Amino acid sequence: MDLFLQQVLNGLTLGGIYSLVALGLTLVYGILHVPNFAHGAFYMAGAFISFHLMKAWGFNYWLAMLGSAACVAVLATLAERLVFHPLRKASGLHPMIAAIGVLLFLEAGAQALWGADFQRMQTPYTGIVELGGVTAPVQRLLIIGAAFSLVVVLHLFLTRTVLGSTIIAMAQNREGAALVGIDATRVSMLTFAISGVLAAVAATLYAPINLVYPAMGNLVITKAFVIIILGGMGSVPGAIAGGLIIGFAESFGAFYISPTYKDIIAFVLLVAILSVRPQGIFAQGAR
Amino acid sequence: MNFLSGRAGWLLLLALGLAFPFLAKNDYHLTVMSTAYIFAIATIGLNLITGYTGQFNLAHSGFMAVGAYTVGILTVDHQLPFWFAFPLSGVTAAVLGFFVGIVSLRLKGHYFSIFTLCVGYIMYLVIEKWESLTHGTVGIIGIPAPGAIGPIAFDTPRALYYLVFFFLVLGVFVMHRIATSLLGRTFMAIRNGEALAEALGIPLMRNKLLAFMLSVFYAGLAGGLYAGFVRFLGPGLAGVDHTFDMTMYMLVGGLGTLLGPLLGALSVPWLTQYLQFLQEYRFIVFGPILVALVIFLPHGIVGTWLGWRARRAAAAAPTPAPAAPATVPLPAGEAQPGAGRA
Repeated sequence: MDLFLQQVLNGLTLGGIYSLVALGLTLVYGILHVPNFAHGAFYMAGAFISFHLMKAWGFNYWLAMLGSAACVAVLATLAERLVFHPLRKASGLHPMIAAIGVLLFLEAGAQALWGADFQRMQTPYTGIVELGGVTAPVQRLLIIGAAFSLVVVLHLFLTRTVLGSTIIAMAQNREGAALVGIDATRVSMLTFAISGVLAAVAATLYAPINLVYPAMGNLVITKAFVIIILGGMGSVPGAIAGGLIIGFAESFGAFYISPTYKDIIAFVLLVAILSVRPQGIFAQGAR
Repeated sequence: MNFLSGRAGWLLLLALGLAFPFLAKNDYHLTVMSTAYIFAIATIGLNLITGYTGQFNLAHSGFMAVGAYTVGILTVDHQLPFWFAFPLSGVTAAVLGFFVGIVSLRLKGHYFSIFTLCVGYIMYLVIEKWESLTHGTVGIIGIPAPGAIGPIAFDTPRALYYLVFFFLVLGVFVMHRIATSLLGRTFMAIRNGEALAEALGIPLMRNKLLAFMLSVFYAGLAGGLYAGFVRFLGPGLAGVDHTFDMTMYMLVGGLGTLLGPLLGALSVPWLTQYLQFLQEYRFIVFGPILVALVIFLPHGIVGTWLGWRARRAAAAAPTPAPAAPATVPLPAGEAQPGAGRA
């Protein structure tokens, strides 16, 4: 039973991180209808910037997270301006390839700046808490707390503020949103900035229990794609639910099936589900 | 006048390819060129599904690795001769492509790309983890060189170069026949508008599956050649960055043309070689190039040139046509560039 609860804890940790990454991805998809492959590179950049701020400049953990969120938000906004904005009328293949170009550039850039080695990020929270027989590292509890608070904040922003509603409006109907006077360009940039913040925060939360290296975003982003397909592309609640499903599938799969094949579980799940339901589980009618 | 896209151009390329070993300064150049040919074969295959049929496949290097490991496992672990294992490399990839295609090709646009991205990852992770079959991260070492065929022994870089070159020429020729046949037109019709193609009575699934299987058959054979040429294999071959490389080759030359991906696959590796100092940082330069190409030259070099030529021909036509039409049909056998629609 304790081992079971331990897996629940792991599932929540992974699920929280995956949800944050998938949320950024799904928001951008909703606005642009482009699978942003560069999102994994934003995640990676977020981890490296935090790492650098802490190690070279002596920032504390939270300040580094804030700094990295700001930097990646700028990076993502720049990508929107320079790459995706000129391509907004192009056909399906080309924006995807452009996103790959951004991904390759950022990965090689990180490697040139920080090297290809695996780095370990320090955290001030190294303690372990006993919770009813379950040993929980504080960093994991922190991830769960921070990730889900951020999800709630984002939800409130999207549903309770005018600015948030414009994002939803544009995702639902671009032309309609333009007709009622929503500035599509500004909303796109804002959405990219938010997705950058989410990626950077997720990366900074997760990096201390993982490693920091230039290709670190690839596996995470691929799983985030699985999540948003599961949850329905462009759907915010779907991204959260999908993140938790994959998080739990991985932590239970690693424990009860095989830790070696843990990273394959998400993909096999996707292949199995799409074989039965080509439009994803929650989607009402695929594009 | 039809320089390069006409028969004369192809003969010139053939002559250059045959003469290359006599022009190359050293064996290293031969090796670079041969490797470029191997990836060109795979790229031509990728172009069939992505360029001609409009389904952006991101698992291509996975299929190449499947072909390569077929040769590696059969020759090293089962002591079978290269020439027995080599044809099987294409067959294994195509059979796997059948099963992947049956599921993935029902998905549209982005869903297909993301699905194949995941399939590529599954292939990579399986190769890395299934140690009893693939030797895991250690890789397969000591793959034998292709055995002699009659009096021709493939024991020099020059002989190996001609061997690889032969398969490239064969691959290009077959692809030319496919692209200019009814089948090729069918593929392009699917790319240009699935709904319209279906309304015309084209069975979508059967044709997409066929294009996909042919495409990964090329990848598998290229992988088989790679195994016999490089004689060492690791899971890295399946990595998605190789698919990204091939996508770049296609795009530099021009998606959905025969010449474009070939020129891209042969020229970009040389750029990398000459920008030695870049090595693993090459994407700092190539990433922005890829973005710029997509934005400013979406039809690639060959595609843009073909479009320009077609417009000029239309303008020079003696018929009192009203102003040149907005979209000019390209010459038969060459695709309308850059369509590929989600």
